[in-house]
Amino acid sequence: MLSFIVRRLAVAIPTLLILVVLSFVLMYAAPGGPFNSERPLPPEVLANIEAKYGLDQPFWKQIVNYVVSVVTQFDFGPSFQYKDRTVNDVIAQGFPVTLTYGFWSFVVAVTVGVSLGVAAAIKQNSWIDYFAVGISIGAQVLPNFVMAPILLLVFTLWLGWLPGGGWSGGQWQFLIMPVIALSTSYMASIARITRSSMLEVLNTNFIRTAQAKGLPMRRVIWRHAMKPTILPVLSYLGPAFVGMITGSVIIDVFFSTGGIGQFFVNSAFNRDYSVIMGITILVGTLTILFNLVVDVLYAWIDPKIRY
Amino acid sequence: MFPNRAAVEGVADQMQLADVKGRSLWADARTRFFRNRAAVISLVMLGCIAAFTLFGGLIAQFEGDYVDFSLIGSNAYLGVPSIENGHFFGTDSNGRDLFARTVQGTGISLMVGIVGALVAVTVGTLYGATAGYYGGRIDGIMMRIVDVLMSIPFMFVLILMLVIFGRSIFMLFLGIGLISWLDMARIARGQTLTIKNKEFVEVAVAIGVRPSKIILRHIVPNLLGIVIVYATLLVPNMIIFESFISFLGLGVQEPSTSLGALINEGSRTMQFGYYWQIAYPLFFFVVTIFAFFFVGDGLRDALDPKDR
Repeated sequence: MLSFIVRRLAVAIPTLLILVVLSFVLMYAAPGGPFNSERPLPPEVLANIEAKYGLDQPFWKQIVNYVVSVVTQFDFGPSFQYKDRTVNDVIAQGFPVTLTYGFWSFVVAVTVGVSLGVAAAIKQNSWIDYFAVGISIGAQVLPNFVMAPILLLVFTLWLGWLPGGGWSGGQWQFLIMPVIALSTSYMASIARITRSSMLEVLNTNFIRTAQAKGLPMRRVIWRHAMKPTILPVLSYLGPAFVGMITGSVIIDVFFSTGGIGQFFVNSAFNRDYSVIMGITILVGTLTILFNLVVDVLYAWIDPKIRY
Repeated sequence: MFPNRAAVEGVADQMQLADVKGRSLWADARTRFFRNRAAVISLVMLGCIAAFTLFGGLIAQFEGDYVDFSLIGSNAYLGVPSIENGHFFGTDSNGRDLFARTVQGTGISLMVGIVGALVAVTVGTLYGATAGYYGGRIDGIMMRIVDVLMSIPFMFVLILMLVIFGRSIFMLFLGIGLISWLDMARIARGQTLTIKNKEFVEVAVAIGVRPSKIILRHIVPNLLGIVIVYATLLVPNMIIFESFISFLGLGVQEPSTSLGALINEGSRTMQFGYYWQIAYPLFFFVVTIFAFFFVGDGLRDALDPKDR
């Protein structure tokens, strides 16, 4: 197992490097720099600023400097747009917010999705089954950017129950709509996957044996059926994580929650390259780490996988 | 002792008469598909939407970028959908005809979806088939590359690209195509691994057909079923993807529009009670995505009977 983890890390690190180099090359290839404003600066001033940010050095030196400072000190450099802040400040401000509602969305998507799927599979062709299937079909066409306006329309404009945006230090009223908007479509997918996986498992021989020897249904489900059922769900969690972290951009922009997504989009409009790169790399690292965890879990649960 | 000759010939004749016409895989699939009611209805819906985007412009009373100054600023009571003033879906907050813009937006979303899916499927199939056919070290390297690329959150890279190289439909196509061929490559490779051990490939190798030709002529046609299913399921994902970016305001640029951009605009004005500005784009979005998903599901059931 340990060698498996080490080997996965050996793949993860070059992946991250590729990501860093890719975004750096893209940024370098960009026409115009962050200081080319409409009113051109005097060349001496421009030269000074560029020297400050290290933009006057040759390409390979810039990239080596960047990679070294990112790897050794987690330092993404100064923000080009907000002169008094570093990228780390921006991330430190936005990331806890994203993490909070992202965590809750993930919890909601997995728990509700799995229990809905299991219930639907056990009581196949009952009302709960149709309900679950209906939800999972319906939620396919409700990605977060469709969900968010609908929620806002219903709960803020019509019912007036929830605030239409903001964060307020993460009070629960401000958390509900972002979490629902972000988790719905993933919850539906997880429910669908769990249902079909559970149905398949319930038809296997070892479940019939377990029932034949007189185990109560609850025990059969929990002890015997759950583990193989959860495997396909587990392999879906990787893409779901990427989707949610991407979706957080929409949530931040729509609900003004102040997470990293908001900074990302603002920097995209302001050409604040260092912030864009910092966030891209942060998100990439998270994704790669998360995939690693999922892979390890998978190998741990499924005894058939040998490394 | 021997049955007489006439009787034998009679039996032979009968057997020839009883010889049913063979059903091809595709004919079989077609029957199965048309038995699926949801899929057929969805196909009809898609046809209607396609007709709407193709001919809606003829019905529209205004151009998509024409600003109706007589209505601007008084949206709440003059810009509402009505037959009389020619704005069937009302106007947007800039006084432009929402019907014309919905026609245009649906068209662009459909085009992005279909072209994006085509690019992804073509690249992915060729890549996967090549990796699977050669096998060994080449396969290992090619699939590792796919693994590495898969764990990069491409939406962020794509936004970075859109910022750097300017926003255009071409950039969108490129970015979307770049991202989505990875899954297809994996699927195509898996299928190729089983196909390449079949006799007809062996024969082709034996008579000295070049590998590139074997892949194109003998392997890819056998992947076609799964490719079609995957492509159909990819289209709605592409549309969602494009709408996502346009929703952020980073996708299609004015005066062009897409469903995502229209939904975004509508969601900004719904607090003033202009519900129609979000309702119509949302309706077309939902129906299109639904229809594609159902058609894709129907195709999968029809072409891949074991996977139910």
